[in-house]
Amino acid sequence: MSGAVREVRVGLATCGIAAGAQRVARQLQESFDANRIELPIKRVGCVGMCYNEPLVDVVDASGEITTYGHVAEADVDRIVERHLVAGEIVEDLRVTPEAFFRDQVRIVLENCGVIDPESLEEYRARAGYTALENALNGMTPEDVIEVVKESGLRGRGGAGFPTGLKWSFAARATGSEKYVICNADEGDPGAFMDRSVLEGDPHRVLEGMALAAYAIGATHGYVYIRAEYPLAIRRLEMALSDAREANLLGDRIFGTDFSFDVRIKAGAGAFVCGEETALIASIEGRRGMPRKRPPYPANSGLWGHPTNINNVETLANIPWIVRNGAEAFAAHGTETSKGTKVFALAGRVRNSGLIEIPMGMSIRQIVYDIAGGIQNDRPLKAVQMGGPSGGCIPASLVDTPVDYEALKATGAIVGSGGMIVLDDSTCMVDVARFFLDFTQKESCGKCTFCRVGTKRMLEMLERICAGEGEPEDLDKLVALGNKVKANSLCGLGQTAPNPILTTTEYFRDEYLAHIEDRACPARVCKPLLRFHIEPDACKNCGLCARGCPVEAIAADEGGYHVIDDAVCVKCGRCEQVCPFDAVEIQTGKVAA
Amino acid sequence: MSILSQSKEGVHAERERVSLPHTSDSIIPLLQQIQEKEGFVSEEAVDRVARYTRAPASAVYGVATFYSQFRLKRPGKHMIRVCEGTACHVLGSDAVLDRLTEELGVDVGGTTADGLFTLESVRCLGCCSLAPAVMIDDETYGQVTGDSIAKILEPYRKDAS
Repeated sequence: MSGAVREVRVGLATCGIAAGAQRVARQLQESFDANRIELPIKRVGCVGMCYNEPLVDVVDASGEITTYGHVAEADVDRIVERHLVAGEIVEDLRVTPEAFFRDQVRIVLENCGVIDPESLEEYRARAGYTALENALNGMTPEDVIEVVKESGLRGRGGAGFPTGLKWSFAARATGSEKYVICNADEGDPGAFMDRSVLEGDPHRVLEGMALAAYAIGATHGYVYIRAEYPLAIRRLEMALSDAREANLLGDRIFGTDFSFDVRIKAGAGAFVCGEETALIASIEGRRGMPRKRPPYPANSGLWGHPTNINNVETLANIPWIVRNGAEAFAAHGTETSKGTKVFALAGRVRNSGLIEIPMGMSIRQIVYDIAGGIQNDRPLKAVQMGGPSGGCIPASLVDTPVDYEALKATGAIVGSGGMIVLDDSTCMVDVARFFLDFTQKESCGKCTFCRVGTKRMLEMLERICAGEGEPEDLDKLVALGNKVKANSLCGLGQTAPNPILTTTEYFRDEYLAHIEDRACPARVCKPLLRFHIEPDACKNCGLCARGCPVEAIAADEGGYHVIDDAVCVKCGRCEQVCPFDAVEIQTGKVAA
Repeated sequence: MSILSQSKEGVHAERERVSLPHTSDSIIPLLQQIQEKEGFVSEEAVDRVARYTRAPASAVYGVATFYSQFRLKRPGKHMIRVCEGTACHVLGSDAVLDRLTEELGVDVGGTTADGLFTLESVRCLGCCSLAPAVMIDDETYGQVTGDSIAKILEPYRKDAS
C-alpha cells in the first residue's frame, strides 16, 4: 500500500452525480476494501470542470493533486492498483486542466471541490467563521458595512447594486425586527453558480448571512432556495444544524450579544420569485407577485419589517472580504466592477463548467483560453449572457470586458452568471423565441405590458420562425419591446425584451433571411427546411427509410431514395443515419 | 460509507420534525409535503391546507396553481423531466422531447395510459454541461439523443412488466 497518498476526492455535486460519480465512489470504496487501503474517500463539491466529470483527485502527501477525468466504474480498479498501490500515475485517464485554471481567481469558489461540504471542521480549517468571529469581537456593524462599501462589491444576482450601500439602507431603517434573506432562487436557465456554491461550500453562505445580519442588526434569516435543488437543500440543512451546535448560529454567537438564526424556505418553481418583493410574497405564503416600490424591502420587507436581500454569490464573497480586507478584493477587477464573477459556461464550448474570473477579463479570453474554444473548431457566433434578462453579444464584440458598464453598453448584462456560447449552428431568431417563450410563461400577469406584450412578441417570433413573418414585424418587435421595458413593474418585464432587442440589432440579417427569403441560415427552424437526398451520393442502402418515423422515404426506380416532402416531419433522423452524407438540408426560396 | 448514502430522507425527516405554524406562510411547505407523500395536490388536500392555515381555500388554490411545482393531477409511476434550459435547447432537447412524445404517445404534461410515465418539461435542471439532460425520477441522464432515450426507458418498462 502506498503511503504517499493523503486523500482521494470525488466530485459529488449534482453535475458529478448526474455523470455517474456516485457509482464511481462506490466502486472506489469496494476497491479500497479489496486492496485493504484505509484512506478517506472525500466527497467534494464542484471544482468546475464539468466537461471532465466524473472526477477523481488523488492528493499525495505533499499536496500535489493528480486529477483523473471521465472516470468510469471500470477504470477505478486501475487507478487504485496502479496509482494508490504501485505509485504510478495512470496517464491515459489523467486530465491536465492547467489552462482551465490558470487565469481564474478563486474567492467565492476557493473551497469548492477542495473541502468536504458536509464537514464544518474542514470549513473552519480553511479560516471559516474567522471573519464572523473577528467582526463580532473587534468591529462595529458600521465597520463591517464600511469594509463592504470600500471593497466595491456589487450584487451578483444580476442588477449589480452596490452591496454596502444596500446594507446601509437596512441598517438605517428603524424596526424592532429585521431580516436577512439569501436569494437562492437561481432561475435563469443555463445558470448553476449558486447551486454549486451551496453544494460545495454551504457554510460560506451562512457566514456571509451572519455578517450581513450583524451589519444591519437582524436576528432572523431565510434562505429562499429552489426546490429543484434537493442536494443543495440537504447540505444547507446539515450546515445549519452543525453551525447551531457549534454556536456559530443561534443565541449569543461566540459569546457576544449577537444572536442570529436561519431558516430554509424551498421555493416552488416560479422564475419571478427571484425578484425581491415577489420572493417576500412567496415566503409569506402568497402567489409570488411583485409589488410597487417604494417602499423598498430595506424599509418594509418581510411581514413589513426592514429586510435585506442578497444573492448567494454576493454573500459568499463577504467572509473573504472581511477576512482579507476591502483592498485585497478591490485589487481585482475594473474601475466600477471589483472582485471576481462566477460564470456557468455552457453551450458549444470544449470545456463547459463553472469558472471564477477577475472582473475585466474579456469574453474572448473566457471562451478561447479558459473554455478551450468552440467544439469542432466551428466559428463563434455569439455569447448569451444574463439568461432571459440578458442579451446576445455578437462575435464582433468578443473583446468586451466583463464589467457591469461595458456589458450594459452592448445591450447585454453581466447577469447572474449564465454564459451560453453559440456557434454558427444556432439560429438567433430561435434563441430570441426561446427566451421569450420562457419569460412569457413566467410572467406573473400583473402588468399588462408584460402579460400581453410578451405574448404578442412571442407570436411575432413564432411567425417569423415558421416562415410567415412580415417585413414590418421587425419594427413592431422593437417598438413593443421598448414599451414592455418601460411599463413593467419588476425586473422580469423590464428585461424580457433584451434578447430580442440585442438579436434584432446584431443579427438583423438573420431576421431578414427568415422574413424575406423564408430561409433559416443556421438550419434550425423546421418549417423553413427541406430534406433532400442527393441521388449521386445515395447508395440505396435504405437505412434512411428504415429510420424514418413517418415512412416518408422510399426507393426510387433510379436506384436511390427520395423523400416525400408532404409527409416529411423534418425530424432529421435520415440525415443522422445516412453513412454517405447524402441527405442535404436545404433552406430558402428553393424550399418553398 | 456515509458519503455514499445520498438519500433524501434526511431532508424530509428534518422538515417533518418542525411542526408548521397555523399561518399562511405554511401554505407552500404544506403543499410541498402533501405532494411529496401523495404525488399530487388533490382538491381535498387544498381544503385540508386551508383549514390548517385558516386561509380561504381560494387563496390556497391560487398558490397551488401559481407555482409550477404543484401538480393537480395524479402522476404516473415514473416522472420524466426533459430539461428545456438554454444549453439543452441549443444542443437539441427538442428532438429528445419530440421522440419522447412519439414513444410514449402523450404530450408534455400527460401521463401514459398504463400509468407508467408522466412526461414533463422543466426549465433548467442545472447540469448544463451534460446537455441535453433528462431526469427520470431521481436519476439524471446527460447528452441524451432521440435514439438513446428509447434505450434509457427500457429498464423502467421492464421493471413494470
